[in-house]
Amino acid sequence: MKTESDHYDVLVAGGGQAGLIAAIVAAEKGARVCLLEGAPRTHRGGNTRHTRNLRPMHIGPLSVLSGTYDEAEYWDDLMRVTKGKTNETLARMTLRQSTEAVDWLEARGVQFQPPLGGTLHLGRTNAFFMGGGKQLLNALYRHADKLGVEVHYDAMVTSVEISEGRFKSLQVGHHTISANAFVAAAGGFEANIEWLKEAWGDIAENFLIRGTPYNRGDLLRMLLDAGARQTGEPNQCHAVAIDGRAPKFDGGICTRVDCVSLGIVVNRNAERFYDEGEDFWPKRYAIWGRLVADQPDQVAHVIIDQKARGAFMPPVFPAVVADTIGELAQKIGLDPATLEKTVADYNAAVQPGKFDHTELDGVHTSGLAVNKTNWARTLDHPPYSAYCLRPGITFTYLGVEVSEKAQMQMADGTESPNIFAAGEIMAGNVLGQGYLAGIGMTIGNVFGRIAGREAADYALNR
Amino acid sequence: MRSTDKTTEAARVMSICNACRYCEGHCAVFQAMELRLEFNSDTLDYLANLCHNCGACYHNCQYAPPHEFQLNVPAAMAELRQENYGVYAWPGFMGKLFANNGLWVSFLSIVVITLFLCGTAILTWDDFFSAHENAFYGVISHDVLAAMFGAVGGFVLLALLVSIVKFWRTMNLPSPFRLDYPRVMQGIKDALSLKYLDGGNGQGCSYPSETPSMARRWFHQMTFWGFMLCFAATSSATVLHYGFDLPAPYRYLSLPKLFGILGGLGLTVGPAGLLILKARADAAPKGKTNKGMDVSFLVLLFLTSLTGLCLMFVRDTQYVGVMLSIHLGVVMTLFLSMPYGKFVHGFYRLIALIVFAVEKNDHKQVVGVCPDKKAA
Ligand SMILES: Cc1cc2nc3c(=O)[nH]c(=O)nc-3n(C[C@H](O)[C@H](O)[C@H](O)COP(=O)(O)OP(=O)(O)OC[C@H]3O[C@@H](n4cnc5c(N)ncnc54)[C@H](O)[C@@H]3O)c2cc1C
Ligand code: SF4
Ligand code: SF4
Repeated sequence: MKTESDHYDVLVAGGGQAGLIAAIVAAEKGARVCLLEGAPRTHRGGNTRHTRNLRPMHIGPLSVLSGTYDEAEYWDDLMRVTKGKTNETLARMTLRQSTEAVDWLEARGVQFQPPLGGTLHLGRTNAFFMGGGKQLLNALYRHADKLGVEVHYDAMVTSVEISEGRFKSLQVGHHTISANAFVAAAGGFEANIEWLKEAWGDIAENFLIRGTPYNRGDLLRMLLDAGARQTGEPNQCHAVAIDGRAPKFDGGICTRVDCVSLGIVVNRNAERFYDEGEDFWPKRYAIWGRLVADQPDQVAHVIIDQKARGAFMPPVFPAVVADTIGELAQKIGLDPATLEKTVADYNAAVQPGKFDHTELDGVHTSGLAVNKTNWARTLDHPPYSAYCLRPGITFTYLGVEVSEKAQMQMADGTESPNIFAAGEIMAGNVLGQGYLAGIGMTIGNVFGRIAGREAADYALNR
Repeated sequence: MRSTDKTTEAARVMSICNACRYCEGHCAVFQAMELRLEFNSDTLDYLANLCHNCGACYHNCQYAPPHEFQLNVPAAMAELRQENYGVYAWPGFMGKLFANNGLWVSFLSIVVITLFLCGTAILTWDDFFSAHENAFYGVISHDVLAAMFGAVGGFVLLALLVSIVKFWRTMNLPSPFRLDYPRVMQGIKDALSLKYLDGGNGQGCSYPSETPSMARRWFHQMTFWGFMLCFAATSSATVLHYGFDLPAPYRYLSLPKLFGILGGLGLTVGPAGLLILKARADAAPKGKTNKGMDVSFLVLLFLTSLTGLCLMFVRDTQYVGVMLSIHLGVVMTLFLSMPYGKFVHGFYRLIALIVFAVEKNDHKQVVGVCPDKKAA
């Protein structure tokens, strides 16, 4: 790699949404900006490539959003998932500033999906990117190019020089580049299985990584080693249950399996282990990753019968299908006798009621060690289908602590004057645990803008 | 049901998209896809003909190569289109002509133009290089022209009609009398406005490159309306000739002339623009199709209007014979290649858009619901 200069006003590491926005804002303020993206051009944009929407607060209809989504409601939603594990000042600031996100992006060429009606009920809470996150990235990269941001691909930052909390320079391989200000936006460490193992133990070997293989957390590690203050726990992350046949990395959204609430889920021992009907799938989606991670071999199987076919999002891999439960068990490598017993016990425990998948219908089982509290229907209409599940890691929450100016905090209580962080690498400040659809991009958007602005102001001595 | 490499790949691609759905806002393909869980060849032929190859879903796809899913929706659809144009062609064996379209069309044009040149030269002999009082009819009489083009036109119409009926049946549309007319109007409107070249938001499609642009839509409209105006020019001339006993040549301020000049201009600028865009377009979303098919059609359209306009200028000079022969040769080649070249896409796309309007209105799939139907 060869950069045009050895020194810039602002250097940004990471070419996902957060880093790009920071680079754009800094360039718009007149700074000379260089963006270093670790991935090749075809994989630019990390996890942002796989995203679908962001969640902006708004009073009254806003662009593609209908109705009102005010601070109180947004805050309640955030509290429900994080159970209070959040920095209230930063979180409230994020919610408030998220209002500008859609306009800001649209003004730079990003397209949102207009509400289409019909089967596609688009929303009040989330603004959907036309064509997904890659469209957003393409538009922002074009815009950055127009502004003269120097972008380098295959440019993994391999070391940083920080002294007394102040950024001096960094290295990409043998190449050293210095800058007045530095924005760290290189994502989490979810693609670093070794690091995941430190937190989860050996079971992390069996995790599938839903996003980019390039978010290995190297920069995060460097910052922590240089004295940055850590926020969040290493095992806090967004983990969902996805199809066990998904690629090890980069499987993205399509590997989800969302028929859990329509059937039963058994582990390797052909036994049920959790209430599949606890709540609506979108709300429960994020807990199943951990549930499956806790099972032997980190594997589970969801089993449905013919009645459930077509009532859920089509999965990307075909189901394993059989005419009897015993045969199905054989095909998916479970003990047929045990699975037959599990299903028979479950069927016998199903109480009568009117099944309605659109509401918590209260149709339940009774008398089982693990009851199903809603949508409990007997499994008796062959053919039966099974999908294999594994934990799929979306992104990690452990990161560096930041201030309201996106300034990196040091473990000794001081703050770094010229290091700023945005996106996944600091998302844990707001999202200590749990997950709220669209908030990842919201955090990246808000902190990307702040980091870009503050970095430019610092670099240009304003 | 047909099962080929192309249908298998298109089904694979659609199954991944159906689980992802990020592109649902881009075009009708994705909205039609969402009504389905499985994809048989009827459905895939429908989806392929809904795709305008705008490229948006390729450039925005998280699974595009080098991702291991190797997803390229526009390429899969383009390759399948080329296959199914052949499947619906009539007579059936002529469907093979889609495979090496560019080659045989070029060959045909050389043969036909040469025949016209030699034919007229032999017939007019000494007069070949002279001006004629009654312009082209001095070279070839109106009756000969009408007979020749009437016969070829009749065959072309028949071939197109049978192909269209075959496609119509596969699309499960009822007889024309039992159609849902508001839906038909919607389909026609979407086709005429090239709605699905707008990228979904009116920003334009990702053609020729990833950056949204309206260029393709504009040039396509010029081509289409240019063609229609030229058609109107010929039709109005026919009406004037037979209905009012007013044979050509016509004055500049006559209907056939006005239609012809405007149409000719549209039909030169439009195809030229499309050819330039095509040359500059990213290769990946186009697929491994026989690009010759698109190119040969555009070149024929371009040459038709160019030679037509030239003819207008040399009408009263000694070059009328040569020019007329070339023009007629090009037009004849265009005619002959119509049922076996890119021209058919307009009809199939229109029908697919009508079906889409019906499906969207009823929230129900229309195409591909007869799984046991025998292969076409
Ligand atoms: C499948 C999936 C779906 C998701 N859907 C949504 C959604 O719909 N809405 C939502 O809000 N959130 C979603 N998220 C979460 C969202 O992706 C993240 O919150 C967001 O993209 C983070 O942006 P970022 O810029 O911080 O990180 P990223 O977009 O991951 O960018 C980090 C970049 O840093 C680069 N990099 C890594 N290390 C280095 C280094 N040492 N040097 C230089 N560069 C480096 C990487 O190559 C990468 O491009 C989803 C995540 C996944 C995996
Ligand atoms: S083209 Fe790619 S991003 Fe678009 S719906 Fe299909 S899989 Fe998803
Ligand atoms: S290329 Fe364009 S028209 Fe074709 S499927 Fe993709 S978005 Fe739709």
